[in-house]
Amino acid sequence: MDSHPQSIGLVALFRSLLSRELAVAIRSPGQWLNPILFFIIVITLFPLGVGPGPNTLSIIAPGVIWVSALLSVMLSLQSLFYDDLHNGSLEQFVLSAQPLSVVVLAKVLAWWLLAGLPLLLVSPLLAILMNLQGSAIPVLMLSLLLGTLTLILVGAIGAALTATVGNGGGILMSLLVLPLTVPVLIFGSGAVQAAASQMPVGGHLSLLVALLALALSLAPLATAAALRVAVSAG
Amino acid sequence: MFKWIHRFGSSPFVYRAASWLAPVFGLGAAACILVGLYLGLVVAPADYEQGDSYRIIFVHVPSAWMSMFVYMVMATSSAVFLIWRMKLADVVAWASAPIGASFTLIALVTGAFWGKPMWGTYWIWDARLTSELLLLFIYLGYMALRSSIEQPQTAARAAAILAVVGVVNIPIIHFSVEWWNTLHQPATISKLDKPSMHISMLRPLLLMVAGFQLLYFHQLMVRVKTGILQREARSAWVAELVANNRV
Repeated sequence: MDSHPQSIGLVALFRSLLSRELAVAIRSPGQWLNPILFFIIVITLFPLGVGPGPNTLSIIAPGVIWVSALLSVMLSLQSLFYDDLHNGSLEQFVLSAQPLSVVVLAKVLAWWLLAGLPLLLVSPLLAILMNLQGSAIPVLMLSLLLGTLTLILVGAIGAALTATVGNGGGILMSLLVLPLTVPVLIFGSGAVQAAASQMPVGGHLSLLVALLALALSLAPLATAAALRVAVSAG
Repeated sequence: MFKWIHRFGSSPFVYRAASWLAPVFGLGAAACILVGLYLGLVVAPADYEQGDSYRIIFVHVPSAWMSMFVYMVMATSSAVFLIWRMKLADVVAWASAPIGASFTLIALVTGAFWGKPMWGTYWIWDARLTSELLLLFIYLGYMALRSSIEQPQTAARAAAILAVVGVVNIPIIHFSVEWWNTLHQPATISKLDKPSMHISMLRPLLLMVAGFQLLYFHQLMVRVKTGILQREARSAWVAELVANNRV
């Protein structure tokens, strides 16, 4: 062990954690590929279930895309802390001299790059499938950019709280977190709906930014507290 | 000055206090609710617009109020438990969750029954109804988390964190739902604004609110006793109580 635990700075820690997370995830492609596939498949189910009328589709498109993004993020988050808890690295994070919330923030950002950013990138394609107005697509992407970050930050609390729960932890996590994500869903799909009907979207987007700022400042603390509980449970 | 607070760390003391307080609160609740129901259902006149159906507010409004009050109690005691590791605070949070969930469910069901004659439908996505429904989900999530972690200490701390996270979120959820609702539903259905009530209706309502409050405290005391017995099942004083048949 390093005899000077403070010798690594926060930025260096953040960077090395980020590259570790990305390296681990890229070696198991299922981890980041499955959520995107899930997102695409769920959205294709809606025209099959509701009917392919272009008008119906363009009305439900913002909500459908947003709800599917929400579910996909929730599903992917289930395993956020699972491996770290079971191979012991979480214990080391907790014991380290650096604040645990910075570790959480690095993990969340890595997770967003793997499970959030791809959603953003495929969303224009899905918008076309769902007959969403072309002019609303940039707003859709922007709202997903802000929203998925918030969702992952909030979802991380749930993932940490349920990390010790073995079987059924995933569905439990969704039960805990989904009610808390309602504001993001409302303003995210609201922004897209407003854009599709040529209305100003500034209000919705500002509120999404506000939610993100709040989640960014408070959620890592709650997640860190929950992780300490999980580690002390052994 | 704060010496008295340490007595609340002592389970036998709290157990005795709760045993004494439970019937007191219970009697108070019964008195308030009976008189309130009599004044509300028999004495108070029918509303000139809503007829007799408005009378459901004597159950609906108190339970809606309690659904939020109980959550505040739960979140506050969870915070106390997290900060000072006070075991009793966790017992209070544990005991409050199902009671609060029940009040929320009662508020939703009575709201639906009221909605049928007033709005012509059992359910509309009204802002208050929606946030009440989400509050129910949050209660259920809290209980689900508690019951699925086997180790009691871990379950208690995890649930406490969730309760505190929830209390930060509830106002945000409430206001976003309200905003969403005003965006989507133009005021075709006039919401039941708080009317300036006649004293003959206000009196039973306030009595019912007080009664429900006391009912909660009664239930809380009963459940706190249960919780203490569960947690202290192996201690000598519980064994003594059981031996003397005084549980």
